[in-house]
Amino acid sequence: MVKSVMIVGVGGQGTLLASRILGDAMMDQGYDVKVSEVHGMSQRGGSVVTYVRYGDKVYSPVIETGEADVVLAFEQLEAARFLPYLKVGGTVITSTQRIDPMPVVTGEKEYPQGILEDMEKKGVDVLAVDALELARQAGSQKAVNVVLMGAMAKRLGGDKELWLSAVERCVPQKFLELNKKAFDLGWNA
Amino acid sequence: MKQLYLGNEAVARGLYEAGVKVVSAYPGTPSTEITESAVKYPEIYCEWAPNEKVATETACGASIGGARSFCAMKHVGLNVAADPLFTMSYIGVNGGMVLAVADDPGMHSSQNEQDSRNYAKAAKLPMLEPSDSRECKEFTKLAYQLSEQFDTPVILRLSTRVAHSRSIVETEDRQEAGLKPYVKNPAKNVMLPAFAKPKHEKVEARTQALIAYGETTELNRIEDNGAKIGVITSGVAYQYVKEAMGDKVNYCKLGLVWPLPEKLLLDFAARCETVYVAEELDDFIETHCKALGMKVIGKDLFPRCGELSQKIVRKLLSGEEAESLSLEAAIPVRPPVMCCGCPHRGVFYALKRAGVYVSGDIGCYTLGASAPLGAMDSCICMGASVSALHGYNKARGAEGEKKSVAVIGDSTFAHSGITSLIDIAYNRSNSVVIVLDNSITGMTGHQQNPTTGFNIKGEPATAVDLEALCHAIGIRRVTVVDPYDLKQVMAVLKEELAAEEPSVIISRRPCALLKYVKHNPPLSVAEDKCVGCKACLGIGCPAISYRDGKAVIDGTQCVGCGVCESLCPKGAIG
Repeated sequence: MVKSVMIVGVGGQGTLLASRILGDAMMDQGYDVKVSEVHGMSQRGGSVVTYVRYGDKVYSPVIETGEADVVLAFEQLEAARFLPYLKVGGTVITSTQRIDPMPVVTGEKEYPQGILEDMEKKGVDVLAVDALELARQAGSQKAVNVVLMGAMAKRLGGDKELWLSAVERCVPQKFLELNKKAFDLGWNA
Repeated sequence: MKQLYLGNEAVARGLYEAGVKVVSAYPGTPSTEITESAVKYPEIYCEWAPNEKVATETACGASIGGARSFCAMKHVGLNVAADPLFTMSYIGVNGGMVLAVADDPGMHSSQNEQDSRNYAKAAKLPMLEPSDSRECKEFTKLAYQLSEQFDTPVILRLSTRVAHSRSIVETEDRQEAGLKPYVKNPAKNVMLPAFAKPKHEKVEARTQALIAYGETTELNRIEDNGAKIGVITSGVAYQYVKEAMGDKVNYCKLGLVWPLPEKLLLDFAARCETVYVAEELDDFIETHCKALGMKVIGKDLFPRCGELSQKIVRKLLSGEEAESLSLEAAIPVRPPVMCCGCPHRGVFYALKRAGVYVSGDIGCYTLGASAPLGAMDSCICMGASVSALHGYNKARGAEGEKKSVAVIGDSTFAHSGITSLIDIAYNRSNSVVIVLDNSITGMTGHQQNPTTGFNIKGEPATAVDLEALCHAIGIRRVTVVDPYDLKQVMAVLKEELAAEEPSVIISRRPCALLKYVKHNPPLSVAEDKCVGCKACLGIGCPAISYRDGKAVIDGTQCVGCGVCESLCPKGAIG
């Protein structure tokens, strides 16, 4: 059995770090793991996607439409954009944060309203987390990624200590306490 | 020890374990992290070369000098490096030499989708293609054995999904390869016609020997599941087929993708009723199979453009497709944009206002082509902005020269813009070239280059003096501007376009994301003064948005560059 987690957000939000924590935590739990990252052009404030897949034996490093068990979104519009990748019956965990893309900034397009409600109407299991606020509580709004990681970790299961040890290996030592706090706030969200 | 390694990190680990001594590369997505990881091993000498040709020639020289050597590049970099590569194929090696090339099917971060396997065939060089990080490390090590055994450089071909995906790698110790003695041997190393002719014969014999090797090597393997359908595949495409079809088909997985085996493929086909070739981009393996008289289904079914995936394979081979949901609401696109405080922004705004033809180049500033700036007319390849502007102006004469510029970054200028600028000076077109000097190679993630004053390790290094260089090649008019000072940029642009001789404008300010850059406090909009004219929105800054008829600046993003401030007609920003 292979589980597929798609992490989506806006370039610069720290999706890569989140995918590394998840990948490490799953390797520690004895799974085969593949993590696919996007570098380069798409990092400049564009939509970014990373894929994490774990299980007995993982072949493809990517996730296709209708295949993700979980879509972890760092921003609402990105949750909506990548909803087609969710497996029917899967879970969307999203930050309630809203970041306007350039066509919205310039007034050419509108930011759609009621994204979370629309997803729920479609029968999607949605967990919305005010990750920005929780990250601020932890001490830095940059910790949004680790807050969301905490929120997802609790739902994916596994020993909390193993998760924290993966966090420890993936973040700089001087921000460790802050990130542990962020993980806890997410875990309890 | 088990670790999750990027494909690129695993290649670097392979270099370490294989005892490689010299690595030279030019950054290019998706290949950059190979060199960035290799430099962390103190046993390996690593450098950023000015371009891929230089990197490859450095690796050639190191190999002749007896060390195991390596160079890396993205697919289009191999076009630049092709010249030394084709002749190094004749020379062969002393210390083993491997060139890694990372293709970008799907063009995540590239200007074309060329298939580098064609280079292996054209240059008559063996090419290995790993399908995950474990194979990245193993194939890298094996490539050095093959290089020395068959007296040939070896190409290691990656694709984005292999280079940029992490999977589990078991690390081993480094085996020192030592330095082979150098013995003067012009017949081997000096490619004059008299020496090259017999070498060509040797190259052809080498290819035959490699075909024989390919029949039995563990790089190529058959997985017989007793199925009627067989799939010949390689690289990440193998993973997609395994994911989609599991043990419902037989596999012929090729790790040595050039030269291709013959008997192995014919034997495989004989076991199956139907044989497919699943490969990304060109019909490279398929053409070979068809030349052997095999009946295979390839590009009649699979796409030639873009990436494959388990979804495409599943749909085409079994007709199955997963269900999926979507929302009715239109989702606005989120294209990449120039960062807040990006020094390129002001220049592109000035170019848009001037209404000039902009001959573009490769880097973060290619984003100047996007809305709302939209100030780029062409972009071909590294360095082409400068020479293509020269050509444009030769075609259109004075009318073109007064209304056209080239834009090129510092790293791209050092890569291949200098020779183009020499052409402008030497063959005289009254062209205006703008060097966007942000003191770093930006798009690939902040690599040092010959203009920054630091080497790959961040140690002080000789920096190219851009002004002196321009003067030395015959450009008399060289002006430095600060791109945060819009008025200055516009005035200098006007002056240089009017000049009756070639000129260079150096727009100098370091990338806003560099750690040493100190930012100003964030700006804000005085609501009572803002009339909602949207002048500030024209620069495409992600920190500025428009809410309820007024501009709003996001203080968490704004770095206080002041470009929007200078555009506000009401003085509402400060």
